Amino acid sequence: MKCQQCQKRPATVHYTHVINGKKTNIHVCEVCAKDSGYMTYPEEGFSLHDLLTGLFHLDTPKVDYQGHPFQQIEELRCPSCAMTFAEFKRIGKFGCIDCYHTFSNRLDPIFSRVHSGNTRHLGKIPKRKGGHLHLKKQLADYREQLATLIENEAFEKAAIVRDNIKELEQKIRSKEAGDNDEL
Amino acid sequence: MSYDQFMDQAVSPWMLEDGPDHDIVLSSRVRLARNLADYKFPVIAPSEELNHVKQFIEKEYNQASFNESGPLQFISIQDLSTIEKMVLVEKHLISPLLTKKSDTAASLISQDEQISIMINEEDHLRIQLYYPGFQLQDALNKAFEVDDWLEDKVNYAFDEKRGYLTSCPTNVGTGMRASVMMHLPALVITKQLNRMIPAINHLGVVVRGIYGEGSEALGNLFQISNQITLGKSEKNIIEDLQGVVRQLIEHERHARDKLLKELGTGLEDRIFRSLGVLKYSRIMDTKEMATRLSHVRLGVDLELIDLSRHILTELTVLTQPGFLQYHAQKTLTPRERDVLRASVIRKKLIEA
Ligand SMILES: [Zn+2]
Ligand SMILES: [Zn+2]
Repeated sequence: MKCQQCQKRPATVHYTHVINGKKTNIHVCEVCAKDSGYMTYPEEGFSLHDLLTGLFHLDTPKVDYQGHPFQQIEELRCPSCAMTFAEFKRIGKFGCIDCYHTFSNRLDPIFSRVHSGNTRHLGKIPKRKGGHLHLKKQLADYREQLATLIENEAFEKAAIVRDNIKELEQKIRSKEAGDNDEL
Repeated sequence: MSYDQFMDQAVSPWMLEDGPDHDIVLSSRVRLARNLADYKFPVIAPSEELNHVKQFIEKEYNQASFNESGPLQFISIQDLSTIEKMVLVEKHLISPLLTKKSDTAASLISQDEQISIMINEEDHLRIQLYYPGFQLQDALNKAFEVDDWLEDKVNYAFDEKRGYLTSCPTNVGTGMRASVMMHLPALVITKQLNRMIPAINHLGVVVRGIYGEGSEALGNLFQISNQITLGKSEKNIIEDLQGVVRQLIEHERHARDKLLKELGTGLEDRIFRSLGVLKYSRIMDTKEMATRLSHVRLGVDLELIDLSRHILTELTVLTQPGFLQYHAQKTLTPRERDVLRASVIRKKLIEA
């Protein structure tokens, strides 16, 4: 059976969608299931809260992978505030800024649904962030690079990147320490 | 200076001016949600962390002046009585949520009550700016100024991709909720508003009844606000919202003309009956009052009744449960409140 949505990949995800007692059988591929095109909710007449609650149930075990119960992939936990992704879904609130980074890969569909397809900020930027911000951005890029290098077992290159990260962290720390008497 | 003045005056000083389109748009508000990068969000942060934020804000900003708005008064929510909390909520200076976070919550309110900053509500900082009438652009400009001013001393939680990081995903990006409070009696009476709401929602704008329970609007008052905060600049969000508000103003004006033409004396009768009820009743609940005040306000707008709109605004606030009890200086039963409410209204309208 081909995926109902893309008509290309084989349908491997099968489930029944029940709306107001009316059953619809859905057969899609994994990619399309993840894009959750079938998980749309009627937005009109829904409060933001309803919308979010609906959203957060996107990957609860309603979906069967070839008849097997849907397995939660792995439990993501924010290293800074200890909030898990499951908790975030339950209360609908982030615990700290690192939650944004920790759950990053799973946030696009949520933001997209809440903000009419948007996932990137367009608007005001803190006036003093400038230099600071770019250092942090660079740090994030380095960390990503490092992860890839380690994955590919390119340890020599990884060592260089690690040194760069240390240097950058030092720079950011001294910059932050310089701005005393502020939060 | 203490916080007594916020309790004693029902009408905030900024409300005394008539803004543009003030016959339909009562007020404009811009709210910015901001967090501090190095602290956990209030939903999860331990009290010590939140108290640190609170104390810092008190130390740096209590009595500090932002331009012509006058000194900011720092108020620790735990220092307020239950009735005082109700009063500040009724004046929209703080949110009901803030009063529930008593031990770590605080607020900074400017002397003219145009600026109110909530501390440790859902986010560390919630900056609110109020303007009379339809002045969203001015409210945004001033909110940005206050934002920059605060930022001199704090390190905001910001991410290049996601923008200002907020506790709730519905606020991320700009962290901005812009809204106007509109009085739309003719669109309600002619049953046009409900039909317009889906189209308005489609434009990313939310319509909510004010003072009502659930979706029911008391007094034909509605809050119109932007739904999305991510992927659009503040300026564009405001412009889109303004477009919807302008249309609503036009439709409301048109519906008023039509009502007057079609109902004629019938409409006049309804308006003057409400004035009579307000002037002579002995028992008045909030729901009936809201409806009657709405009719009278429409009468003033249509130049059928010669009365200052400020008195109507003042009455709306003065007769809320918190205010009534604050001035009675004691807790009142609902029945006692209804009797006192009727008497407050009577006095005000007969004095006028
Ligand atoms: Zn597919
Ligand atoms: Zn976290």
